[in-house]
Amino acid sequence: MEFSRRTFLKGTVLGGAGFSALGFDLTPVYAQTQSLKISRASETRSTCPYCAVSCGIIIYTLGDKAKNAIPQVVHVEGDPDHPINRGTLCPKGSSLQQDILNDRRLLKPQVRRPGATEWEDISWDQAYTEIAQRVKKTRDDTFVETDAQGRTVNRCEGMAFTGGCTDTNEFNYLAVKSMRSLGVCYLENQARV
Amino acid sequence: MADRKALQAEMISGHSGASPGLGMQRDLEVCKLVDTTTCIGCKACEVACAEWNDMPFTPTTFDNTYQTMPETRWNFWNLIKFNEHQNPDGTIQWLMRKDQCMHCADPGCLAACPADGAIVKYANGIVDFNQENCIGCEFCVSGCPFEIPRFNPMTKKVYKCTLCSDRVGEGLEPACIKACPTGCLKFGSKDDMKYIAEERAKQLRDNFGWQNAGVYDPQSVGGTHVIYVLHDATDPERYSLPKNPTIPWSYTVWKWLFKPVLGTFALFGFLGVIAHYITSGPRVAQPEPPEKEGPDAGINV
Amino acid sequence: MTNGWIDIKNTDMMLIMGGNPAENHPCGFKWAIEAKIHRNAKTIVVDPRLTRTAANADMYVQIRAGADIAFLGGVIKYAIENNRIAKDYLVNYTNAAFIIKDGFSLPEDGLFSGFDAEKKVYDKKTWNYEEGGDLAGKPVVATPADKPTPPLAPGATPPAPALPPNIAFDLSLQHPRCVYQLLKKQYERYTPEMVERITGIPQDQFLKAADLFTSVRKDGDMKKVATIIYAVGWTQHSFGTQIIRTAAMLQLLLGNVGRAGGGVNALRGHSNIQGATDMAGIFDILPGYLKMPNPTDVDLAAYLKRTTPLVAKPDPWESFNYWSNTSKFAVSLLKAFYGPAATKENDFAFNYLPKIDRNYSWVNIWNDMYEGKVKGLFAFGMNGVMIGPDSNKNIDALKKADWLVVCEIYPDETSEFWRAPGITAEDQKKINTTVYRLPGAGFAEKDGTFVNSARWLQWKNIALPPPGQARLDQEILATIFLKVRELYKKEGGKFPDPVLNATFAYTNPHNPLLAEVAREINGKALADITDPKTNITIKAGQQLPGFAWLKDDGTTISGNWLYCGSWTEAGAMMQRRGTDDPSGLGIYPNWGWSWPANRRVLYNRASCDMEGKPWDPSRRQVWWDDAKQSWVGVDVPDFKVDSAPKDHMGPFIMNPDGIGRLFVPLSGMQDGPFPEFYEPIESPLANLLHPKQSNNPVVKKYKTDMDKYAKTGDTEFNIICTTYRLTEHYHYWTKNNPMNVELVPEPFVEVPAELADRMGIRGGEKVKVTSARAYYIAKAMVTRRIRPMKIDGKETFQIGIPIHWGFRGIVEDEGKTAKTLANQLTPTVIDPNAFTPEFKGFLVKIEKV
Repeated sequence: MEFSRRTFLKGTVLGGAGFSALGFDLTPVYAQTQSLKISRASETRSTCPYCAVSCGIIIYTLGDKAKNAIPQVVHVEGDPDHPINRGTLCPKGSSLQQDILNDRRLLKPQVRRPGATEWEDISWDQAYTEIAQRVKKTRDDTFVETDAQGRTVNRCEGMAFTGGCTDTNEFNYLAVKSMRSLGVCYLENQARV
Repeated sequence: MADRKALQAEMISGHSGASPGLGMQRDLEVCKLVDTTTCIGCKACEVACAEWNDMPFTPTTFDNTYQTMPETRWNFWNLIKFNEHQNPDGTIQWLMRKDQCMHCADPGCLAACPADGAIVKYANGIVDFNQENCIGCEFCVSGCPFEIPRFNPMTKKVYKCTLCSDRVGEGLEPACIKACPTGCLKFGSKDDMKYIAEERAKQLRDNFGWQNAGVYDPQSVGGTHVIYVLHDATDPERYSLPKNPTIPWSYTVWKWLFKPVLGTFALFGFLGVIAHYITSGPRVAQPEPPEKEGPDAGINV
Repeated sequence: MTNGWIDIKNTDMMLIMGGNPAENHPCGFKWAIEAKIHRNAKTIVVDPRLTRTAANADMYVQIRAGADIAFLGGVIKYAIENNRIAKDYLVNYTNAAFIIKDGFSLPEDGLFSGFDAEKKVYDKKTWNYEEGGDLAGKPVVATPADKPTPPLAPGATPPAPALPPNIAFDLSLQHPRCVYQLLKKQYERYTPEMVERITGIPQDQFLKAADLFTSVRKDGDMKKVATIIYAVGWTQHSFGTQIIRTAAMLQLLLGNVGRAGGGVNALRGHSNIQGATDMAGIFDILPGYLKMPNPTDVDLAAYLKRTTPLVAKPDPWESFNYWSNTSKFAVSLLKAFYGPAATKENDFAFNYLPKIDRNYSWVNIWNDMYEGKVKGLFAFGMNGVMIGPDSNKNIDALKKADWLVVCEIYPDETSEFWRAPGITAEDQKKINTTVYRLPGAGFAEKDGTFVNSARWLQWKNIALPPPGQARLDQEILATIFLKVRELYKKEGGKFPDPVLNATFAYTNPHNPLLAEVAREINGKALADITDPKTNITIKAGQQLPGFAWLKDDGTTISGNWLYCGSWTEAGAMMQRRGTDDPSGLGIYPNWGWSWPANRRVLYNRASCDMEGKPWDPSRRQVWWDDAKQSWVGVDVPDFKVDSAPKDHMGPFIMNPDGIGRLFVPLSGMQDGPFPEFYEPIESPLANLLHPKQSNNPVVKKYKTDMDKYAKTGDTEFNIICTTYRLTEHYHYWTKNNPMNVELVPEPFVEVPAELADRMGIRGGEKVKVTSARAYYIAKAMVTRRIRPMKIDGKETFQIGIPIHWGFRGIVEDEGKTAKTLANQLTPTVIDPNAFTPEFKGFLVKIEKV
């Protein structure tokens, strides 16, 4: 059965009134075909990634989350249970679907070589290997074990790490742990600016 | 789910006789309340509307205002209008008002529409367009005192806010209401919204010094299912709202006289247009932004 | 925030200044509206522009950008003179009664005592409390001269001056050197007339605003509460921290801190910068606000001695001094970082951590890269070219780097710095930086925790996998680190120990489950530990229920003591979704988890009077229960629960003196124990209070050839410019979102109508805004919402620029903009306390294009 405005009109009349509305002449005239687009969707509770109000959002996806299927995002709306935003969202939060499904997303690793005027593709493995080599070289080249006064400082002043505003606590913890272990002093985040 | 039985047709364009099923339930008129005094012009309602209705994006141009575009479009049914109003003491009031279909109790669009079933007014007050039945004659456009219905030249159909009849029918609030961060938008029965609006206006008068605060619910169109709280209800034009919105008499008359014996509605519709043309002259273009000249050059309105 | 988003509904009065919550936090602003509707609360907005927040205010006051301390100082003076202060609160919960050392002097000439003009730093030894008990009614005693210190060994650092354990005080507040009298004197100069000359706010308007705000404390009545709400309009100045201090002092004077509907509330502009601060994503701290070690910390004991404060208080009072637990937090962190490699014998691997003794903050990354010292940069979701300040300097800095690794979801300006507008193909060939651009995952593709401005930890779930070849950020970071570790294993290298020993004991170390990481952050017991008071035992391997369980003997781990309690044996507290709010105050104790210890309003002991009874019973949060001999309430008491009111323990338990600090002693602030008004680095006039010391004396300009600054009273650059966000956009992110772009499609500059008239600029026409550093081109938005101001009687204009557009984005790629960046205009100069750049209130000129 086509789930259309017509059927739910009928249903709601029946349900709401609690009596039979047989013979109710619901001609196609006013039975539009707009169905509720989220009626079959799965709901994932998340937090808006923009400001620090932390609005609860519901990401509506189609697909049954089977292993071999990729869920399709069909809508994003405020989470009415969230005590702060109570289901509301600002114009940025309301447009998150366009952020999740955005054809400007970066989809593959790329490298820009010295002197190059274009990006070139690179495999993840190759990128990881090259980055690790550069990190090690920079660390070994610039690591300071003791300062001018002979005090232990064990720091690497040749590289910096900057973290973004939407990095999670857990990511930040891993970043602090790994970067401090490399001796990184220039460790900064959007939190500063 | 207060209004599960909300979507019961009351009036149907081009349709003679009583609507089927009418009167089988208690009436519950829905209403959208827009409190302009707590609107922050954030445009969440604009986005929620465009997103829920999967509106295609259209390029816009910056035109010396925070307003997204000059007027609503066939694919943009909900627009915050920004007005910089200068008070007599020189201070500036930055007014924001959500513009959309008012869902009139006496809808001019429906009165004007000659196509059977293209416009439906439900018993709960929602005035909805059914594009399947729209013949693209645009009579509704000229019949509307609020300049709301918009013609899409590609589909040759007219579109406007549905008051999210699909959501409302499922017991959900309209998308704009759901999104509104400050709660300046509310949705419920007309009685409740009127009560809340009047209370808020009273609070503004008693506690916040807005002597003329009041509610906009123009009776010239039988009242609307979108009502506003205004800081100054004596001057709705400040918010780009007509003081006394009226349906062109030509439309009300032809409907009155001829609609019951409809059948050759297109002809009568045509007559209606001619009558309208004779009485009101050619359709006037929508107001343009003020001329950017003189000492007030470029002032955003 | 000391309080929280929902708590704003409990207020009677809001001062919104240096922030624009209606535009930048619309869903949080709903609680301000709730307060208006349900409490008839009033709103005062002080801002250079009539913003959408101001449009909703009961009173809007236009201020010159950067003049905030003059305004707030004037309000402090008004409150004192009109007895709009909370006397009991002031005497008992702040250091108003404490006596300051002889030799301390106020900055009547712009300088506090102890300034070293050559090094541009203060010697802060006079910024301290006097020792010696109750001096009420006693004559002013001469301070005994500092004891002579024994000569130092060459190269040794002299011991830092400390707070006296037995602080001198005068509860009558009459002593001429007590904090209250000094404070009164400090702001005597901030007269309404002076406020008008500096800020441009006419005296009648200023007085109206001061009267309205302080009216909550009319006749000393304590029932009403006011809140102060701010954001980066306050932080982004070369005296930003001091603006916030002035606000905090005002709130202490009015007795508004710790109370429902009160506090000092930072809005915070990003989803997890509160979390990033807590987690020490910034150079000068370790997780949980532990201090970074410095080279004088020769071992763990030295570090702990330096960083653990000792109790300092008036003798008859008590002080909890919660930071006395520093050793437990620090050792548990080291155990979390280095696991079995951190042993008692090796000082828990204390020397694995870098020791720092200079400023490595944001601006210095770029400055030092520009000077060739920083060779490589990781940017994980951080668009440094757009952020600036002085984007051109950042671009030129990147040209000198060897490598750059960018993890992003959209093509951004930082990863494409080498082809920024103006850089030709020929130029590009000379840029030798290797750039790796790695596609990361969007928010909906990752789980993990964000911390909101109300300090709530909330877990989010995964809705879908990353697109294409994009990978999870934690996978990218972990894989890079573990690859480096492999290289050290294979090849050896400089001090490999921390690289080899950092724990990555996750199920899949190359792609750690964030739930596992979150459990590590909370912490667990490594051995059975028993609380002697309750006899409760936490078994080895069990998650810890809270930070009170942490030990400094290596038997516990915790990646961040503040988050201890967020993932216990009972489960993930930050995943809770309890919607109950029994008190009706908006506490929601079972929703998510709030640090510290699930407490929703900080310093809430101060919501009660001396006897432990709420100042306002209708908004009671915590109170003393005499029968139970305990603090109880609807929120978690931010206090030692069994400390009876008669003990007179200070409510500000994180301060060693236990009180709210009107006066910040010793090294708490770099630029003065009281806030003083200084002009922004670029200003149209010299400081009217002390023209010879116009700017913050400890602020230094940068010295590369890129660093150019307009002169004070510059005749060419004489328009004040400020930058901001719009509600329709989010930083440099939504320029990729077609919906947001439709709402506000193009960059623009807000120009006062009077200035536009004078320049012949019409709305929608292109204008060029030029600073001492660069220019910016966009359409003009001519408006009456920014009026010309009279600054010291002289007509002065301000303009404003939204920051959202760069050279990569939907409209940028369509060629619809000039591809200039707002932050190309901004100067490289930072606040001396928080190191935040001065993005607000710099000088420009404007022309028609």
